[in-house]
This record gives sequence, structure tokens and C-alpha cells, in this order.
Amino acid sequence: MKMLYRTIILKEISQRRSQLITSLLAITLGITVIVGIKNITVFSEKAVSLEMDALGANILILPKSSSVQDYYSADFQDEQIPEEYINTLVNSSLAGIDNLSPKLNLPIQLNGHKLVLTGILPKNEFQSKSVWQGALGIFSRPKGCGTVSVKIPGINDQPQNSIVPSAGCTAMSAKPVNQMQNTTRRRVIEGLAKNSVLAGSDTARLLGLQTGNSIEIMGKRFIVETILPVTGTVDDSRIFAHLHTVQELAGKPGLLNAIEIVGCCSAISKGLIQEINRLLPEAKVVTITQIVQTQIKTNTVMNKLSLIMLIIILIVGGASIANYMFADVYERRREIGILMALGAGPADVAKIFIYKALLIGLCGGIAGYIFGTVLALFLGPKIAGISVMPIPLFAGYSLLLSAGLSIIASIFPVIMAVKMDPFIIMQEE
Amino acid sequence: MLKAENLGRKYTSRKGETKALSDITLEIGDGEFLCVTGPSGSGKSTLLLSLGGMNAPSEGKVCWNGESIYDWGLKRRAEWRGKTVGFVFQSFNLIPYLTVFENVSVALNLSGREIGNKSREDILNVLSRMQLLDRMNYLPRELSVGQQQRVALSRALVKNPQLILADEPTGNLDPDTAGEVLGMIREMHKEGRTVIMVTHNPQIAKMADRHIQIIEGKLKV
Repeated sequence: MKMLYRTIILKEISQRRSQLITSLLAITLGITVIVGIKNITVFSEKAVSLEMDALGANILILPKSSSVQDYYSADFQDEQIPEEYINTLVNSSLAGIDNLSPKLNLPIQLNGHKLVLTGILPKNEFQSKSVWQGALGIFSRPKGCGTVSVKIPGINDQPQNSIVPSAGCTAMSAKPVNQMQNTTRRRVIEGLAKNSVLAGSDTARLLGLQTGNSIEIMGKRFIVETILPVTGTVDDSRIFAHLHTVQELAGKPGLLNAIEIVGCCSAISKGLIQEINRLLPEAKVVTITQIVQTQIKTNTVMNKLSLIMLIIILIVGGASIANYMFADVYERRREIGILMALGAGPADVAKIFIYKALLIGLCGGIAGYIFGTVLALFLGPKIAGISVMPIPLFAGYSLLLSAGLSIIASIFPVIMAVKMDPFIIMQEE
Repeated sequence: MLKAENLGRKYTSRKGETKALSDITLEIGDGEFLCVTGPSGSGKSTLLLSLGGMNAPSEGKVCWNGESIYDWGLKRRAEWRGKTVGFVFQSFNLIPYLTVFENVSVALNLSGREIGNKSREDILNVLSRMQLLDRMNYLPRELSVGQQQRVALSRALVKNPQLILADEPTGNLDPDTAGEVLGMIREMHKEGRTVIMVTHNPQIAKMADRHIQIIEGKLKV
């Protein structure tokens, strides 16, 4: 940069501090609000995603003749769908599925108690599928699915590979849940040996089971790997074992009772159900409407709120900078004339004002990001009941937004400066 | 050589059209000292700005060494001004928040030179010649009017221009200081520069090689 720009811009800014501070304050405030809201929103979405997961799957794939009622009462042992459906889904081009959980229920009797042994497929068996490995495919989550590559303090601080990351699309306050609760709610088990079982809380109490105990089910011995915490659902009175083990015990190899899916709400609203129906015409695809609707509704509200804030900031921040720049050009019209007389061309004059606007924008962006993040860290736990962490990516967005806004708001003042009548320098001060 | 051919300048406002200059034809030779006199509002300053490439005429043209400067693009004209023309104004027109040194260095920078050691040396030489070395870190408001006009002269001189355009450079000065400034302008002329100076004062006009009068936008020789 020419010495000219550096000297003139910095010296001039230091001379007109009050106007500068007002303008800087407007842009800083705007970015602060946006960063604060967005930061809290992102972590709210993550937290609520976990809460939503607690409500269970939002899509069910059932045998054609079964009903949702059958699913909840575990009363559809006579109807099955092929396990091959899993491969069909995983190898399809569908996107927006966060969790896929095939199940087979088998009624059993243990110590005179009627229980249900539920076969589940651990996640590590999905990972062997080629499509899972890539960035795209069925488990790729579209934007707006509430997924951000940041950790939620207290929620994601769990051992790696214990639980798949959350999905969902919504934002409300949510309290952290512990690892075991997640495991139970989401029915996503990373690994499960074929001779291990997970016991629901009621079942464990009923049978007096403890972790590490050995039990015999239908003539096969199992180790109780863990006792699941109370969920308040039918799962509390179940025992979970590896799907293939249960298929073997039930004499139903390659068959399932249901596939539970946690689908991203935006993908559902864009026709995920129809796509699954098209892929699996012999099955019944059911959505748990309430869950999906809640997710979509909350997601929409948060997105609209962010958009409204963004528009307000653009208008207020832009107007403030434009006002500052217009005043600046007007007050400095004599200096512009002097510079032109000294040999400054239109580009030189324009650069002086654009660089200044850029400087204000960048300072406002940096300050706005810092204040917005601090605000979110402070207010997140208070108003949304969630812990929030800084999102470094927002620093880039803040700078881009504030710098872009400053430059756009300066366009007309700069045109005015460039077209200034230099005759003013001949007039007496 | 600077030449104005049938130069005319009109201003249009809500109150109608005003003719600031009308059919001015003028030739100023290299190294010539020309004084322009005339009553207030006669068009002297408009003529000076037009000759300096700052005010495009409504009619006619201004030529520098045979080339019409208003046929050039804005950038080329600005470069020409930066390198060739040194303006001196009645109200000094110093940039108020820059020091004496910075005011002079901005002019040098706009003439296309980066501010390195050689440029600094040139600036210090000019300031020394104008007896401003001990004031180089002062702001214009901390200087006397005479000193301010000397800064303006330094600013015009530092880029070693061929053409000096001075608009009533002594208008705001007391007689002693005015004499001092006129002496410096005469020195610039003696160094071979072309000087065009606008003044009200007929006595001052006498020191020029040639004297023209502008009355109601028209040239009276």
C-alpha cells in the first residue's frame, strides 16, 4: 500500500474518533448479536438433537401388514422384512439418514418372566459397508440438519467411538445426557459381541442381573455387558443381543421385524420417505409425525430468527457505515480536491475511502466475533440451559460479512468522492 | 509549452447558466512567468484550474506540448498533474492532520515516488531551503500563516515540477511575508519553471514576464 493511503487513513481516523467509534460500534454490535445468536443456536440444535433422539426414531420400516401399534407392543413376531433391506438402504444414494437400527424381537421366558429379546446390529458392522466410509452416501447429513463439527461440552465429551454423533435439526434448551442414557435412547451400540447382552433396567431388577453376570437364554449362555439406565420406554423390560445371535435363536436368519431410522427432518420434508418407499416397495414406511413436525417447526423458527437478525444487522450496520462515509466524504471534500490537485486519480481517492471502510469493517468483525462469542458463552447456559463453545469458523464469516457490508455501504460515498468538483480548493475556508 | 485554445467554461445551476470563461486563447512558453489579474469572480481561478487539468472546459482545449490534456483519461491526467504541475493556493490547502513532513511527502508520493531514503533526503532539502526543518513535525495549525504558505511552496517544489500554478499565493499574508513568498516564487521561475500566478495586486503582476487580465470570463491583453 502506498505511504499515502497508510498515512492519510490512519491519521484521519485518529482525528475523527467520535464518528469512527459510532460507526464501529454499530457494526460491532451487529456482528456481536449475529455471532451470539448463531453460536447459541448451533449448540441448542446439537443439544436438542440429542433430546430428540431420546424420543426415538422418526421413521420406521415395518412389514407391510404391521402397524405402529404392533411395533410398540413388540407384537409382530410373525411378520418380517429381509435384512437385505439394510444393504439396499446403505448402498443407495439416499442422504439425510443419521441412524439406522435394524431389530428383531423374540419373546422369551426367563425365570418364569415373559420378556422380549431384541436383536440389534452394532455400528461397527455398518462401518464395513463401503458407502459408510465416504463423505457422501446415506449417512451424509445435509445442511440444516443441526450437525456442526464442534463438541458440546458435557455431551460429546465421551470416549471416542462410543456413540454416533447426533443428528436432528432443532433448537430448544436441553440438558446434557450421559453416555449410557444415550446408548439406550439411540440404540446405537458401537460393538456388541455375539455372546453379550445389554439388560434393560426393569429386566435387570426383575432378574437381579448385574454387569458381568452370566445368563442362559434359550440354551445359550450370555455375559451381561451392561445394565441400561431407565428410559421409561418398553426398552426397560427388554434384553438386547446381537441381531445375528437373535436371528439364530429365533430360527429366522436374515430377517427383521423393523428398521428404526433417525432421519434428518429437512431430508424427511424433502421426500426421504418417498425415496425409501421407492427403494423398498414391499415394506411399510412410517413417520413418527409428531417428532418430525416438532423438529421441522423448531428448526424453521430458529432459521427465521437468524435470518431476521441478519437482515436487521445488514440494514442497521450498512446504514451506519454509509452515513459515516457520506459525512466523511462531505467533510473531507477540500482534502479530496487537494489530493486531486497533487496528482491523485479517481482510483487513489476511491482507495482511500474503501480501505478505510474495510479497516472499520475488519475491526468491527473481529470485535463483533469476540464479543458475540463471549456473550454466547455467558448467555448460553443462562437462557438456553446449554454450554456453548467458541466456533472459530464464525470468525471468518464475521470478517467476511462486516468487510463486505462496509465496502457495499461505501460504494455511493466513494462515487461521490470521485466525482467531487475540485473547485472547492479555490474557495476560502 | 502550455496552450489554451478557445477555452470556454459554463456552469449550469437551478438559477440558469453561468459563463465563467469565454473564448480564451493563450500560449505560455516554457519558463515564462505569467500573471493573471482581474476582479473577483472574473474567472481567474477557473482558468487556473482548467490549465492545471482539474476542470474540463465546456469548449475549446488545453494543450501541453501539443497534446490536448482533456483528451487524456482521468488517470493519465492525474499522473501528469502529479509529475508536472505544482499548485499553490491562497488558503494554503494543507492537510490539517498531517505534519509538515507528511504534507510534503504526500505530494512526492502522488508524483509516483515511493518514500525511501532518497525521497526523504529530497524532502529535507526542500524544507531546509524553505527554512522549515525545525518545524517538520508540526501540524499546520501550529505554524504561522507565512510558514504554512512556505509548506505549500515546499509541497509544490518537492516534485520538481515544470509548471507552477499559483492562485493568489500572497492573498492571506502580511506584506513582509508576502514579499518573502514572492521571492521564493521568483526563484522557482529563475530555475527555469513556467509560472502562472493569479493575483489582485497590479504591483505584484509587474514582476511577471507577461500580464493578462480576465474580465467577466474574457481575456483582455
